[in-house]
Amino acid sequence: MSKLYTKRTFLYTLKTSLVITEKNVRIYYLKAPIIIFGILFPVFFFLAFALGRKVIPFILTSGLIAMTLFFTSSSVGPLITPWERNAKTYERLLASPVSLSSILLGDMLAGAIFGVIISSIPLTIGILFFNAKFFHPLFLVGNIVLSSFCFSSLGVLLASLATEAPSQVMMLSSLVRFPLIFISGIFIPLDKFPFWGKVIAFMSPLTYTVDAMKYSLYDLKSYPVLINLWALLFFSFVFFSIALKMHRKNLIKVL
Amino acid sequence: MSESSVIQVSNLKRVYGKTVAVDNVSFEVKKGEIFGFLGPNGAGKTTTIRMLTGVILPDPDEGEVKILGIDIKEDPISVKKIMGVVPELCNVYVDLSSWDNMILTGKIYGVKRKEREEKAEELLKKFGLWERREEKTRKFSKGMKQRLILAMSLIHEPKILFLDEPTSGLDVQSARMIRKIIEELRLKGKTIFLTTHNIEEANLLCDRIAIINKGKIVAIDSPEKLKSTFKRMQSVEVAFDRMPEDIKWCRSIPYVNECKELGDKFRVYTKDPDSLIKKLVNFAEKNNLKFISLNTLGPSLEDVFVALTEKVEAKYHE
Ligand SMILES: Nc1ncnc2c1ncn2[C@@H]1O[C@H](COP(=O)(O)OP(=O)(O)O)[C@@H](O)[C@H]1O
Ligand SMILES: [Mg+2]
Repeated sequence: MSKLYTKRTFLYTLKTSLVITEKNVRIYYLKAPIIIFGILFPVFFFLAFALGRKVIPFILTSGLIAMTLFFTSSSVGPLITPWERNAKTYERLLASPVSLSSILLGDMLAGAIFGVIISSIPLTIGILFFNAKFFHPLFLVGNIVLSSFCFSSLGVLLASLATEAPSQVMMLSSLVRFPLIFISGIFIPLDKFPFWGKVIAFMSPLTYTVDAMKYSLYDLKSYPVLINLWALLFFSFVFFSIALKMHRKNLIKVL
Repeated sequence: MSESSVIQVSNLKRVYGKTVAVDNVSFEVKKGEIFGFLGPNGAGKTTTIRMLTGVILPDPDEGEVKILGIDIKEDPISVKKIMGVVPELCNVYVDLSSWDNMILTGKIYGVKRKEREEKAEELLKKFGLWERREEKTRKFSKGMKQRLILAMSLIHEPKILFLDEPTSGLDVQSARMIRKIIEELRLKGKTIFLTTHNIEEANLLCDRIAIINKGKIVAIDSPEKLKSTFKRMQSVEVAFDRMPEDIKWCRSIPYVNECKELGDKFRVYTKDPDSLIKKLVNFAEKNNLKFISLNTLGPSLEDVFVALTEKVEAKYHE
């Protein structure tokens, strides 16, 4: 394979993945229930936490932006493949001149876009009411983009389950996603964690989003901040690679 | 490889657990042909079509598929661009209108904006869906959806069309319309590969038919040739008032190819039913037998089909 050919393949993959992204946004994201969920989710959490007890603004804002990014980016992605299998639209897609990587990249991008857009809500609330400031704007953008890529890749990975029953994926998805909330330093700062707690926390990508958010909006750091972005990049890559492998493996089982 | 060969399949094979879904299948399809894959449920038609369309890419030990001379494993994207595919169980995006379904498919196949819009209009009109192009397709009937799927598969002007049971489960009218469209497409020089379990459909539409059973191709030929090859599959069904004394009575009669006992009847296979019946009459008189019934059965494609698939069955049971 020549270099030129590889480059063309790469560009083609990218181009077709944008078509898939557009399809996903139109069919699966621009739906009243999904949009309402996206908007209510962060607002509801802010209210629940801000009204309930005395809160430390930087913990609240960073934690809730991270959580919003996490839950919205990975919310619909796990369901796209099972939905398409169930609706019998998946095989036509596989027969079209679009590689599996393009399809999954498109699923990933759609989730990421949704996450980025919705995360602007808690960000705005944080800035208006909880003293968040744009201390490191570029770093903030990098954090939001990489985090949304990372979490939507996790969503695409969850979608590889060999089933055409969306409810099964939903269950797996909750099983995987909710525990992460408690081990990622959202409610309790990392330095209050015991040693083993810290070890577990470092295995959760959400930990890095939370920490990077504190740095971006409150100029707080507990360790070299670039580690956060590298870790998010690493997790995105790992999730996406495993997703591609698993999808390829399970593709034929449930056609 | 012959010049005009559009699809070339050699030693295609696919095993699922203990099931051999496709068993060493080889054939060629020529340009402009309607080639039919005829077989009962579970024969391996869908698996074959999935391997021909790149939905399943064959492993190195699973044989070779070449489309217009290109190995599908080498360059699946280019190959997929020249074919239109209608899978067996498939649907449109029901949350989109038929227009949007057409345009989306056009984008996926990389058709330029102006062309895809012109082509979408032309096809929707041709398939009787233009008036309802803005409506969401959720409420469309099965026949309308199938027509739309066929229209979508044509938006990039494919050279080859793969249709997996395109008329199965449709109302008579839609099925007829789809058959008519398939014939028109052939006139335009498209090559069409279709599967069906409907013998009459294969007979009506196809230039050549491959009969597949349990993953194996048992015959490939034109419908007429298949029928004439199986002239000896013509048979006479006869019942006497009692069993002839000699159980091997058939052997004494000329023109008999094969004789089967079916309960109180015999089915006697022959090339020449007329002469056979005369001999049977002789035989009955000589042995004082009375006819209860006597029927001649012509060679239909169904006979050929049953004969071929039963033969394989018999082999399996040995
Ligand atoms: N994904 C699969 N996993 C396991 N077995 C399969 C799969 N697809 C098909 N089969 C089996 O392979 C055989 C051929 O199936 P198929 O190609 O669908 O036949 P047809 O389309 O002629 O009805 C059947 O026995 C079927 O059960
Ligand atoms: Mg089938």
